[in-house]
Amino acid sequence: MRTIEIKSPLPGTFYRASSPDTPPFKADGDTVAEGNIIGLIEVMKTFQEIPAGVSGGAIRFLVDNEEPVMAGQVIAEVTA
Amino acid sequence: MAIKVLHHGLATSVQDLGRPGYFHLGIPLGGAMDRLAMRAANLLVGNSENAAGLEAVFMGPKLLFTEDAIVAVTGADMPAKVDGVVHPGWTSFSVKAGQELTFDFLKSGARLYIAVSGGIDVPLALGSRSTYAIGALGGHKGRPLAAGDELPVGAAGAVRPGRSIAPEFRRGPGSPAELRVLSGLYWDRLTDEAKVNFFADEWKVAPEADRMGYRFRGGRKMSFVDRKQPFGAGSDPSNIVDSCYPYGSIQIPGGTEPIILHRDAVSGGGYFMVGTVISADMDLIGQLQPHMSARFVKVTMDEALAARAQRRALIERMRASGLSGMGRNRR
Repeated sequence: MRTIEIKSPLPGTFYRASSPDTPPFKADGDTVAEGNIIGLIEVMKTFQEIPAGVSGGAIRFLVDNEEPVMAGQVIAEVTA
Repeated sequence: MAIKVLHHGLATSVQDLGRPGYFHLGIPLGGAMDRLAMRAANLLVGNSENAAGLEAVFMGPKLLFTEDAIVAVTGADMPAKVDGVVHPGWTSFSVKAGQELTFDFLKSGARLYIAVSGGIDVPLALGSRSTYAIGALGGHKGRPLAAGDELPVGAAGAVRPGRSIAPEFRRGPGSPAELRVLSGLYWDRLTDEAKVNFFADEWKVAPEADRMGYRFRGGRKMSFVDRKQPFGAGSDPSNIVDSCYPYGSIQIPGGTEPIILHRDAVSGGGYFMVGTVISADMDLIGQLQPHMSARFVKVTMDEALAARAQRRALIERMRASGLSGMGRNRR
């Protein structure tokens, strides 16, 4: 079992859900598949979907909702 | 055709040094937000400084070359890879037909400039190849690039890979970035307290900052001197009778969030402007990421003009260093 990091491809503001009224894309502990969206990054008036890019279990978010992120920053970890 | 876009990144567009002469008609200068980096990239591949290249923001595109080319990448620090092999920035390198140019994550800065020997040969629109996306003008079909686009490349001169621009010309914003400002016609709309706070506070780039304007937040709200609402002006104390907006002018709608108008700016409107970022510092703004800190630094007209002259001299030195021993046959 190893830990794989999911990094933000761009800087901006991280959101865990598509709107304030909807549940987060993924909760801590969920399993993820490569194409699953795990969050959104807001930058330049647009929202970019962040795909997991990896498949694994027990996702753990390292960035809170609405927190600023830098490009290359680790957003979450999964075990695979 | 010589370049096929496999992935567009976040927002990648064809840019040159812009489209001067139409701002009075509402069509902005446009062009590269970091003009020095654009010039440098073109010099490295033997193009005229005003040749069209690509500007990519925060994320690099994925490009397939269908013909051999010499390429240079300047501006933001975002490692360029040819078929997976990393090439340093600010240095020309060779890409062969069939190879892919991709980029790693952004390390610093915000905007990347990709110049290709021969230049991106899209048609001129009002004398420029720059993309003004809001006006659907210029560039490739008047819009940012999309996967599947094919870009024509002009005839290249003789140029070698391995040419490099010295580090002294690779200018980026510090942290906090210091943006020099000349106060303007409407400066006295602010109270004495607000005048002090504007320069004392640390501001952060808002995520909505783009080619039209760079918005900042985090400083104290501006307070205004009382006045009788002028005929034709809006009712907010930050409103004025409509006026021309210069490039670099800083408006603060409602007194809360300063917005610096940049290359794709609107040409006029009804918000007061505290002042204008001096021309020598406009390129730095284009390299600011969201959430980065910036301070405004007050300068006099003499200091602004001295900075402009210094910058001109810097570009001259870069030109001289970039051309020497380049083995160019053209021009």
